Amino acid sequence: MDMENRSPEHGKLWHWLDERIGLKDFEKLARKKEVPVHQHTIWYYFGGMTLFLFMIQVLSGILLLLYYRPSATEAYESIQFLMTEVQFGWLVRSVHAWSANLMILAMFVHMFSALMLRSYRRPREVTWLSGGGLLGLALAFGFTGYLLPWNELAFFATRVGTEIPGVLPIIGSFLRRFLRGGEDVTGATLTRFYGIHVAVLPAIVTVILGLHLFMVQKHGMSVPPDVERRGWSRRVMPFLPNFLLRDLVGWLCALGVLAALAAYYPAELGKKADPFQPAPIGIKPEWYFMAMFQTLKLLPAHILGIEGELLGVLGFGAIGAVLILMPFVDRRAAVGQPSRFPAAFGIALILYTILLTYLGYTMSPTK
Amino acid sequence: MAEGMLKQFIERRNFLNWFLGTTAGAFVFSVLYPLSRYLTPPPVAESTARSVTLSLKPKEVKPNSGQIFRFGSQPGILVKTQAGELKAFSAACTHLACIVQYRSDISHIWCACHNGHFDLNGKNIEGPPPKALEEYAVNVRADQIVVSKKS
Repeated sequence: MDMENRSPEHGKLWHWLDERIGLKDFEKLARKKEVPVHQHTIWYYFGGMTLFLFMIQVLSGILLLLYYRPSATEAYESIQFLMTEVQFGWLVRSVHAWSANLMILAMFVHMFSALMLRSYRRPREVTWLSGGGLLGLALAFGFTGYLLPWNELAFFATRVGTEIPGVLPIIGSFLRRFLRGGEDVTGATLTRFYGIHVAVLPAIVTVILGLHLFMVQKHGMSVPPDVERRGWSRRVMPFLPNFLLRDLVGWLCALGVLAALAAYYPAELGKKADPFQPAPIGIKPEWYFMAMFQTLKLLPAHILGIEGELLGVLGFGAIGAVLILMPFVDRRAAVGQPSRFPAAFGIALILYTILLTYLGYTMSPTK
Repeated sequence: MAEGMLKQFIERRNFLNWFLGTTAGAFVFSVLYPLSRYLTPPPVAESTARSVTLSLKPKEVKPNSGQIFRFGSQPGILVKTQAGELKAFSAACTHLACIVQYRSDISHIWCACHNGHFDLNGKNIEGPPPKALEEYAVNVRADQIVVSKKS
């Protein structure tokens, strides 16, 4: 290494490492990264927020692995032990449960803001698609993780959740058997969900998250077409350190909220699952499945000769498909023209979800 | 001459590509086939019992009440109507397979998950369930309740 190239701002160790792994390239990359500043800049923070909460999930999840025992006879007892005997066991589990909820919430905000600001348009289609994949994976994480305590709620949520793909024609019964590891929800389902939750999904997430972050790095942040049309000043701020420091403030707030929720509302365990007990009155899923749950509850048995639940499941599938294919549905934004459909679709979806979620929490469970 | 060689070369390349492709395909198949078979759970012998003797005595069952019993690996529900008649059904809701319960306040069999109602003949009368519950035959022999599949 020639001496003239040595920048005085770095020490010996930095230069030693730079010679071997090329720190200069990383530095250049980090310096180059800029974040557009305009009235919608706030929405750029939710991707990083989701990532931060995901990191908490990974860390708290690893801690839970040290005490959890994945079998129908031991799972519930091992969590009981964790909650009552292990020091701060209640805290680790509550952080994991609450952080999961906050992560899904941050993810929904991130997705709807990307939808409203048309961030999916060319050349960011792959960023959008990988983000859609990550949302699906997060919901799969939530669904598989929910069963692991092997309590009453978990048992029925899984019985219903695995029955839902079962209503599909032709492949339905195979899918149900495949998910359950047999005909019914048993210990076989528990070990299957455990393997999916702690190994299969993390592996897939690593790949897709890597792709997602690489695409964000490659294309930079999208400036909404609406902002560009109104003559954006082209003001930017450097990612390092300006944006990252602001990010950190947000993460610190999230950590505060998380700690408060975990301390004041620790995760409950409920009663152990019993496959020969009726579903408890007032049973409900996690809030992010509530709108779908309530829809299935309100759909009549038959609509135009088709079973209501099949129509419901196909409806959810169609909405998901339109959402994930939005870069290809919305041809106008791709060529820089104003497009109304994505915003109308997004707002309708948000309103529907809020309404049905509200009904889910307020309608009498016995009427 | 040169043209002939080129043609021969292309043919040879096509042949080799085809060979390589089928080999790769066979390799992928030889991995995916056992993998997919591994992931499909093996069938577990279903209990073929067509009837079950409950551990309850007929006198212990109060009128206008219901309870879950085991029918092999499946849950069933035994109901005693207000008139004192014993009835039994499959307890898996025909909607999304939650386990139903007896509601003594309205004399319905009811599913707490999605608010499905069945009458005491197992017929779906309200809410999302698309079909009736399967009904079992109940026989009281001496001091025992025997539930068996119909037909």
